[in-house]
Amino acid sequence: MAELQVVVNGEAITRDVPESRTLAQFLRLDLGLTGTKIGCEEAECGICTVLVDGLPVDSCIYPVWKAQGKTITSIEGLAHGQDLHPLQSNFIAHGAVQCGFCTPGLIMTSAALLEDHADPTDDDIKHALKDTFCRCTGYTSVIQAIKSAARERRGLPPLPVKDPEVDEPMDVISHSVPPQEVVAKVRGEAKYTDDYVFPGMLSARTLRSPHPHARVLAIRTDRAKALPGVQAVLTHTDVPGENLHGLVYRDWPVLCSDVVRYVGDAVALVAADTAEIAAAALALIEVDYEPLPVVPDPISAHRADAPVLHPQHPTGNLLKHIKVRHGDIDQGFAEADFIVEREYHTPTTEHAFLEPECAIGVPEGYPGHDKLTVYVGSQIPYQDRNQIALAMEMSEERIRVIGTLIGGGFGGKEDIAGQIHVALLATVTQRPVKMLYTRQESLIFHPKRHATIIRIKTGAKRDGRLTAVQAELYGDGGAYASLSDKVMTRATTHATGPYNVPNAKIDCYVMYTNNVPSGAFRGFGVTQSAFAVEQNMDILAEALGIDPLEFRLINAQKVGVTTATGQLLRESVGLIETISDVKRDMLAQHNGNGFQWTWREGHKAYAWGMACSYKNTGLGGGAPDKSEAEVEAYEDGSVEVRSAAADMGQGIAHVVAQCTAEEMHIPYERVRALLCDTDLTPNGGPTTASRQTFMTGNAARIAASALREAITRSAAEMLDVPPEQIRYEEGLLRYNGSSVELGTVVSWMKAQGLQPRARHEYWAPPTQPLGSGGDMHFAFSYATQAALVEVDLDTGEVHVHKVMSSTDIGRAINPLMLQGQIEGGIVMALGNCLTEAFIIENGVPWTTLLSRYKMPSIKHAPEIVSRLVEDRSAEGPYGAKGVGEIPSINTTPAICNAIYNATGVRIYSLPVDQDALLRAIKHGEAEIHTAWQDVQ
Amino acid sequence: MSTLWNHYHTPKTIDEALKLLTDYGGQARIIAGGTDLLVDMRAGQHPAHEALIDITAIPEMSAIYRQEDRIYIGAGVTHTQIVRSAELQAHARCLVESCGVVGGPQVRNVATLGGNVAHALPAGDGTVSLVALAAEAEVIQAGERRWLPIGDLYLGPGKSLVDSTRDLLIQFRLRATGAREATAFSRIMRPQGVALPILGCAVWVRLDDTLTHYDSARVCIAPTGPTPERATEIEQALAGKPATAETIQQVILIAMEALHPRTSKYRATAEYRKEMIGVLLERTLSAAVTRAKGG
Ligand SMILES: Cc1cc2nc3c(=O)[nH]c(=O)nc-3n(C[C@H](O)[C@H](O)[C@H](O)COP(=O)(O)OP(=O)(O)OC[C@H]3O[C@@H](n4cnc5c(N)ncnc54)[C@H](O)[C@@H]3O)c2cc1C
Ligand code: FES
Ligand code: FES
Repeated sequence: MAELQVVVNGEAITRDVPESRTLAQFLRLDLGLTGTKIGCEEAECGICTVLVDGLPVDSCIYPVWKAQGKTITSIEGLAHGQDLHPLQSNFIAHGAVQCGFCTPGLIMTSAALLEDHADPTDDDIKHALKDTFCRCTGYTSVIQAIKSAARERRGLPPLPVKDPEVDEPMDVISHSVPPQEVVAKVRGEAKYTDDYVFPGMLSARTLRSPHPHARVLAIRTDRAKALPGVQAVLTHTDVPGENLHGLVYRDWPVLCSDVVRYVGDAVALVAADTAEIAAAALALIEVDYEPLPVVPDPISAHRADAPVLHPQHPTGNLLKHIKVRHGDIDQGFAEADFIVEREYHTPTTEHAFLEPECAIGVPEGYPGHDKLTVYVGSQIPYQDRNQIALAMEMSEERIRVIGTLIGGGFGGKEDIAGQIHVALLATVTQRPVKMLYTRQESLIFHPKRHATIIRIKTGAKRDGRLTAVQAELYGDGGAYASLSDKVMTRATTHATGPYNVPNAKIDCYVMYTNNVPSGAFRGFGVTQSAFAVEQNMDILAEALGIDPLEFRLINAQKVGVTTATGQLLRESVGLIETISDVKRDMLAQHNGNGFQWTWREGHKAYAWGMACSYKNTGLGGGAPDKSEAEVEAYEDGSVEVRSAAADMGQGIAHVVAQCTAEEMHIPYERVRALLCDTDLTPNGGPTTASRQTFMTGNAARIAASALREAITRSAAEMLDVPPEQIRYEEGLLRYNGSSVELGTVVSWMKAQGLQPRARHEYWAPPTQPLGSGGDMHFAFSYATQAALVEVDLDTGEVHVHKVMSSTDIGRAINPLMLQGQIEGGIVMALGNCLTEAFIIENGVPWTTLLSRYKMPSIKHAPEIVSRLVEDRSAEGPYGAKGVGEIPSINTTPAICNAIYNATGVRIYSLPVDQDALLRAIKHGEAEIHTAWQDVQ
Repeated sequence: MSTLWNHYHTPKTIDEALKLLTDYGGQARIIAGGTDLLVDMRAGQHPAHEALIDITAIPEMSAIYRQEDRIYIGAGVTHTQIVRSAELQAHARCLVESCGVVGGPQVRNVATLGGNVAHALPAGDGTVSLVALAAEAEVIQAGERRWLPIGDLYLGPGKSLVDSTRDLLIQFRLRATGAREATAFSRIMRPQGVALPILGCAVWVRLDDTLTHYDSARVCIAPTGPTPERATEIEQALAGKPATAETIQQVILIAMEALHPRTSKYRATAEYRKEMIGVLLERTLSAAVTRAKGG
């Protein structure tokens, strides 16, 4: 066949290209245009969208030879030189870019829309972007950005940015500065792991167990090794150090030796010249398995006769029994006038970050690499290094982990994915090795949100005061511990809800099973318990005849309350204010005839439902929690802040840069953040538990302030003026009506042999372990949300129209990006409620394709009214506490409470099933205990 | 990501395409938009092929045109072309409605009507409308070119009369709706799981001269069996009846008796589907009657 002739971004290209290429591969591999991202290769996610002759197509399933003679536009072709396309500039201005991995796809799909619709409505936008997903933003800002860009293209002024109101903005803090690297993200120039290419790089793949539980009898790799182009085939015998990893318990084999414990367990590795050869080699590895009985769920796991999955674990399949004891439970229920006891079920759910896991290993001695180096978009770079070192039997100093941009994480990129594997392969082959997981591999492999069974009994007095909560939780920990211990501890300690509950007895059993491991997922267990707690609250409120808002106000935690873990709340408890905000906003919603909780229009039932939540900031529970940051000033007047704190889109990069700019009294534009390089950046600790703003924000703040003082001292000496007379303004040091550039002082310091650099190791206030009483956590964030749902009484379909939200985050460091976190959290939680379940049948996943896991699309995006409460935390940076998780906790119960208010049917199992809901409505049943995955 | 196909051909004529199929002797497969084929191949639900033969560059298969009272639609016509066709908007509205809800723009810009039919799922959205429109399909099998009623192409779920390693689906034709005639399509989806409709329904109605009664009707509700079929019980029940809400309620009862949708795992219970038959008939018949009256 003739050569391929196409026009790409205005340039005519003639190339000899393999006929088996897709357009996405052609752009990325042959032309090096890596702005086009690949998220699924199933035509599901839409982030690979490019324009062919002006029409958007999914380039991942578009054979490049189909494009013969056609004109292709990718994200790189949108800007004119330095001038951004209005979509690009408006995505930045309206805060529509978080991790940025979806951004090229969203922008390209929108670009085509604007060609057809110069003035698109919300409906036009939702129609056009229906199959282009974003997991971070919740779409509200995306819609706003597109409309604003459309206006600019019509010669009108852009739409105003919906910047939330904040208290007492400082110079840089509490201002919506643009996030770091955002221009590169909208231009398609930002580099994620798969975008890195090294000369001589090999492609790697992992052979995974097809069995949920089996003995490995033999592994034969000869045929695979003999395949031309294969450079290495490794099994457990090739792991030089400890063949186990794990963040809390080291129970997860790097490569399985005798037993596999879930479908997806890694058995062997291949590195080959191309991805195709690597895949072909996988098929040549022969493994003899002897299937073993499967432990399919946590209840079976707890039975005395269940096969024991980890014989070395002291409590057998019981990964952990977590207990909360508070007051006198019998007395509590004896005092109650009303008691409700219900059982709730939540399914396993998937993060569906849009960037599948990828890691690159580069051997020691490869040009530019004096250490064994791993490039990876991970949430915990220093722990990665530690785990690689143990498996490789090397000292940590000989290993470098470089964090790349992360295309979303949400808790799903904390555990080891390919990090150790590429380190092994690079060392053995002495070549760079890239391990890119396919979406389908990512789905079956990485730890998920725990499926739970939660039985909860709540008692209250006639006057509305809660007297007791008793609960029993079962969590499906899956095959390996991952963060189960910590996650389910949070589910347990938060099982009273954010209320004053004088008596509590809560038991949680996290079990090992043969399912995919469960671990961290935004909300960290509290998402599950809130689903149960907040529905019990509404059931009680109804039984007591008290308005749900009032009922929560009566019981809301406030300063002076002691939590069920024995922690006296001394400050920063903004829950009541969040309830009042939502109450005010919700009551203002009426059609002229007063607020109604519920009403009908034709065959549609409408109702509001609400829920409250709280979530700790930081590790807590007695775990020493620290973060380190370093700030350095340069002769050009710029400042770099460094910390290995991962930014997966949530925005720690701009948070530390803002803290630095604030303390140094310099413009934000002069500060850049360097994150996640174990050689260049000190340890910021894990990006988990909503801890980074508080922890690394503080470390950066204190380091920057120390650096400013050092610079002031030097300047005073250099200029011979008293330090008190030096003021900072716009990057200048002013004194006595004169001024000097910051860079000049830095040069002077260097000439004197002084380092214009400061480092701070920030230690969080100490916490106490569960069961010891005292402060288990150093801060809590609070939120209240109300959802307006529409239920179609003919079809059972549920639609969420509006969400009123108020969130106490202490201080909004960057109000617009914070709002993005909240909107994104709400839509993610809406998915948790209405669309998402990762289905496993007797240990075998059914959800092996992204097309079988539906996350919310732009069509699901409700109108969101979000308010901020800034009840300062004394210890937090400028009063800030965590924000990452809190917004994604109460949307689910708020929607379920609304569905009950609309229909009289209560949802005990997620996600909501329109089929079961309609049948319940038709049969006059008041409860649903099945979800859509139960349709058999 | 191992190679799913080694060669890719874009013939410009039907003869060229047929010759390629013959030359590869069953080792090549027709591809149109690839939105079913490539996705299935990637998921391992369809074998790899030595070559793919792309029919979308064949002008004869990529056009929509009218000849007398018939509209012809090439098998390689995309969903976007259908949605944008003024001819189809005016005279085969249900097809426009059904093709308009398939995927997002990225899928509709490449996915073809021929692919939807050759993929042979009973509830393919375009399929359901073609059946209600009593469309015919032109195929080439073993060198023989012939027109068949659309229903004859469906042998079972995912099983087509057209063997896409040897045969070619060339085009469809259907009668344009005229005075007193109209069509409508609607479907029920669920937000979870695979993007297959729980139930889809297309109707074609012709009213009598007074515009008060049904003269005749055609109805397709799917999936209610392994292949998409006309609901003749409903069609007979409608003929001659007043075009009123009461009639719709009556035929819903008949439909509930006559049709037996199944429970399918992770998709819908039989009971739910039965309920949806009523909802869809109500929606589509009332829309079609309004349109036939000129509304
Ligand atoms: C995200 C997504 C959403 C979707 N949503 C829907 C939906 O809502 N409703 C729906 O019905 N479908 C849906 N589909 C399925 C698919 O898009 C349609 O079935 C589409 O019409 C298939 O057309 P295609 O041109 O892509 O077919 P291809 O994938 O190219 O081909 C499909 C099959 O037909 C054969 N074939 C194609 N053309 C010919 C021909 N002319 N002669 C002989 N054989 C031929 C091929 O060999 C192959 O076996 C969706 C797909 C995706 C990826
Ligand atoms: S749709 Fe192409 S990568 Fe997801
Ligand atoms: S910003 Fe959209 S997926 Fe992260």
